[in-house]
Amino acid sequence: MLRTWLLLAAAVGLNAQIPYSRIEQAAREPQNWLTYSGRLDGQRYSTLTQITPANVKNLELKWVLQTHAPAEPNSKYEATSLVADGILYTVQPPNVVVALDAATGKIFWTYAHQPAAASRPCCGRINRGLAILGHTLFMGTIDGYLIALDARDGHLMWSNKLGRPEEGYSVTVAPLIVKDKVIAGPAGGEFGISGYLSAYSAETGKELWRFNTIPQPGEPGHESWGGDSWKHGGGSVWTTGSYDPELNLIYWGIGNAGPDWNGDLRPGDNLYTSSFIALDADTGKLKWHFQFTPHDEFDFDATQVPVLADVEWQGKPRKVVMNANRNGYFYVLDRVTGEFLLGKPMGKITWASGLDAKGVPIRTGHSTPEGSIVYPENQGITNWYNPAFSPRTGMLYVPCWMDTWSVYTSRVEPYQEGNWYSGGGATHNVPPLRPGPVTRRLPDIAWGAIQAFDVKTGAVKWQFKMTDVTDSGVLATATDLVFAGGREGYFYALDARTGKELWKTMVGGAVSAGPTAYAVDGKEYISIPAGNAIFTFGLREQ
Amino acid sequence: MALKRVLAATLLTAAGLAAQEGHGVSPADLERGMQIFLNSCAGCHGPDGDLISGVNFSSGQFRRAQTDNDLRQIVRKGIPGTPMPPGNYSDQEAGMIVAYLHSMAASGAARRATSTGDPAAGKSIVEGKGECLQCHRIGRLGTVAGPDLTGIGGMRRAVDLEKSLIDPDAEIRPDNMTVRAVAKDGTKISGRLMNMDTYSLQILESGSERLRTLRKGQLREYEVLKKSPMPNYRDKLSAQEISDVVTYLVSLKENM
Repeated sequence: MLRTWLLLAAAVGLNAQIPYSRIEQAAREPQNWLTYSGRLDGQRYSTLTQITPANVKNLELKWVLQTHAPAEPNSKYEATSLVADGILYTVQPPNVVVALDAATGKIFWTYAHQPAAASRPCCGRINRGLAILGHTLFMGTIDGYLIALDARDGHLMWSNKLGRPEEGYSVTVAPLIVKDKVIAGPAGGEFGISGYLSAYSAETGKELWRFNTIPQPGEPGHESWGGDSWKHGGGSVWTTGSYDPELNLIYWGIGNAGPDWNGDLRPGDNLYTSSFIALDADTGKLKWHFQFTPHDEFDFDATQVPVLADVEWQGKPRKVVMNANRNGYFYVLDRVTGEFLLGKPMGKITWASGLDAKGVPIRTGHSTPEGSIVYPENQGITNWYNPAFSPRTGMLYVPCWMDTWSVYTSRVEPYQEGNWYSGGGATHNVPPLRPGPVTRRLPDIAWGAIQAFDVKTGAVKWQFKMTDVTDSGVLATATDLVFAGGREGYFYALDARTGKELWKTMVGGAVSAGPTAYAVDGKEYISIPAGNAIFTFGLREQ
Repeated sequence: MALKRVLAATLLTAAGLAAQEGHGVSPADLERGMQIFLNSCAGCHGPDGDLISGVNFSSGQFRRAQTDNDLRQIVRKGIPGTPMPPGNYSDQEAGMIVAYLHSMAASGAARRATSTGDPAAGKSIVEGKGECLQCHRIGRLGTVAGPDLTGIGGMRRAVDLEKSLIDPDAEIRPDNMTVRAVAKDGTKISGRLMNMDTYSLQILESGSERLRTLRKGQLREYEVLKKSPMPNYRDKLSAQEISDVVTYLVSLKENM
């Protein structure tokens, strides 16, 4: 009897759990968090309305998921959780996938990918999250694979090697689903990789198209690399892009040029490093590009999330893409054409004195053999930590490192497979990885902030200051709340219009991931990974 | 029934051997030892412990170890100059692995020539008249209703696989248990047990194939089935066909 029943179950269970239509229209189901940024537009904007400025003080801890992974110093918990119909999917560092009940934290299954010993991610054994389509989850691994798992039981469906870990290829980006394709590419910009962004069949893992972020001989842009410097030009992919279904364009931020700190070894603008690229989703053909930091000498990746919005621009509706860039400027571009509309500094910058009418930086600082002090430090004013945009306030909320500088030194270093290939060095007055729980650095050396920028003017509308810097992502809500944390271990709810602190809690470890908002059985939750754990909050039962 | 007795004898023998050295071994210890062995040792030694030339755990003979203490040391420290690596185990865990090695030796006597069939014939039975893929998955074929057989040859011994085919109720591993529940409103719910605690059961629900939490307070009743939903193939397949199926399953070493 039971067997008959199971056979019936097998026959009807083939329906896709999360068809692409649900991902494209994720705004219609705010109870779920179906992509890295919640939606394809990269806004990280939740339209759930149960948690408000009036009741946010009543948030209480609902559950914690502890992990085995040592979160520090090189194994941060950076993954944004996905939530699909009451199931939360996360990646514990480095590559352990967990499916759990989003309301209770109880685990259904785990899948531990064992990375090869040859893995050498530049900046921590980390992962930024999953993608989901149908009943399949997709994850990059620090030893260079893109893998697919059955979301129901963690069964490995396929695996595709994107690059050899021995050469420094790793995959830390949360993939993006566009139609039936999985969009992803390799990291490894500090090891002289040759980057690319590709589309893979969600069904089989087969590569369907590839865009070389370092143009190969014969490809447009190849002339922007002197001599043979293109061969190890970097151009990594390590933070998730966005997609506009109407324009059918994928927007993606590309990493720094290699070697990082010696531009003399690679004469030219070094396309498409430190750029946004807009690609046709079906073919991978370049529609436009915008290079924020031509001939980068500071490790200023442009991997930050492209945030898409339709705004009124000088009296007319305009489709724009925003970027809070590691190089210290806040940009607004026309996302149809790539035209530069606005660029404003987010803090103290000395590598450029400003941007010209086309957004090209007016260079005033360089990395030099003797070493030069340049603001900001090589982690930038912001980095991969995701921003959030509220269409209600018209503000982009950005995690920032303020008043930091590095001594940038250039050296001549030969390329050797698998070795660090940075062409020099950069000092840090704030270490890129939190060295431990104790900080004695005074705020006049460097400090952290969540800053709110007016999309129309680039003006700073408010600033929420922290003594230590923040690697936290940000979440904005339709009730005018902003959630974010920092290295100090606090997790905050701020007023989205004023930046006023409305609630905070201590999570006891650095917040290095983006918060998610979701709902189960009509109850709203806010979830944040921090330190070695995920903390999930909801309103106290009345 | 004979197999049940062998298993019981195995447990007693293994427990007895370990007890001689002052380490009590419970069935749970043995289960944990098997899990560690299958996850960490079977990759090189094979699930039957006989893949490496000159080493056969089923024989009960250990060339480099006189005592259980020697075996635990090898498990923990490896054998320098050989591919046998050190393992990151506590002495207690090493003891569980050693207990499992003894159990393999004890059940080795009960091994039959089950893995000498025709794997191609076995494959065709699994995918055809055996209807195995209506509940099981192998690679991209089949469903998630029952245990995943992808890579099963690297995880289970031939003797265990045969036992599952001809006496599926003899041993239901914790990974493969089925829950049947009735909600307070009378709705019947069933699925594979994924996790459980005092207040809730996590299941992969049959039918919808969705992950679902059942709160015990919202159930009229529930039961973790002691019987396997797997049909008994003793009378459905000939001895040769069983051997063919087992041989095919043993050949499934890859995880994908």
